[in-house]
Amino acid sequence: MSVPEPGSLLIVVPAFNEEGAIGNVVREVRETLPGVPVLVIDDCSIDNTAALAREAGAQVLPLPHHLGLGGAVQAGYKLAFELGYDYVIRIDGDGQHDPAYIMKIYETLRVTGCQMVIGSRYLNNDHAHSSFIRGLGIRFFRLVLWPILGQYVHDPTSGFVGVNREALQVFSKSFPLEYPEIEALVVLQRKAFRFVEVPCRMRPRAAGKSSITALKSLYYIIHVLLGVFVNVLKYEPKRRKR
Amino acid sequence: MDGLMNFLTGLSLVLIALVLFSVRRSHIRVEYSVSWLGAALTLLVVSRSEALMNRAAAILGLTTAPLALLTLVGCVFLIVLFRLSVLISALKDANIALAQRVAVLEFHLRSLNEKIQTR
Repeated sequence: MSVPEPGSLLIVVPAFNEEGAIGNVVREVRETLPGVPVLVIDDCSIDNTAALAREAGAQVLPLPHHLGLGGAVQAGYKLAFELGYDYVIRIDGDGQHDPAYIMKIYETLRVTGCQMVIGSRYLNNDHAHSSFIRGLGIRFFRLVLWPILGQYVHDPTSGFVGVNREALQVFSKSFPLEYPEIEALVVLQRKAFRFVEVPCRMRPRAAGKSSITALKSLYYIIHVLLGVFVNVLKYEPKRRKR
Repeated sequence: MDGLMNFLTGLSLVLIALVLFSVRRSHIRVEYSVSWLGAALTLLVVSRSEALMNRAAAILGLTTAPLALLTLVGCVFLIVLFRLSVLISALKDANIALAQRVAVLEFHLRSLNEKIQTR
């Protein structure tokens, strides 16, 4: 595998109150990929997330107020695009994503020319840490997305995602705010962009609790469904297929 | 019927007074007060015109004028609420874009300062 050229790859880590895990996440990425910059987007945490990320060697983009996951990720994409990065790989700040797979995502982005590469826990059946409800939700969204994307997506809720500069440009301008992963796929599809999945291992959260509770799961499904259909219905000027 | 009409007339007058007071105190911007003033004036006009109400009831196929009045009032306020949702969405988008811009500019500023200090 080729080592990323300086200024080519940026690792983006959106984080909100992740002081229990963020330091180790940053250190692990830096040990796995020495020389590759890590940008932690601090979504106005009320704990020591920003300070611990800086201490571990990350650059920090502190948001002036809480924007939610989509707003935080988009801020990172905007900065990466302005700084001229060719590839951005997003990992979660809770330690669930194994940095050992970052190079695999990067290589796939480079070799295939796809605009997005998703790290999928379902391609090698490594989904022991997914809850029953999440599993059901994922199966449901696979079925919903299949006719829209014209392609089967095994892990549509994965936040372990790499994008190239073309997708970065699109996402800098338009990115879903809440629960962005699934809607982002539809945004890409509307631009006739391609995505591919690669098998990745997911780990249990290193610290803290998931923000998606049982009650929120229902809201999540309704919200994302609505978001998907709104994105499908959105007017987009036609663009040549790649 | 008269009781309901009088109540709605009173409500519309209170609403007009409240909106004008709020505009005067700058609690509502003039451009956002227009929808509420329009809704309150519509409410005032229809609540004082029984003939208009009877005609509306006939058009809508309703048996009683008060039902037509309530339907019209509901529609007017739905339109106002929809307009406000559009405005709130636009403001939220602008707010997010601004917050992201501030964060990115602060990042550039910090990077510049660090570069200057290391020279």
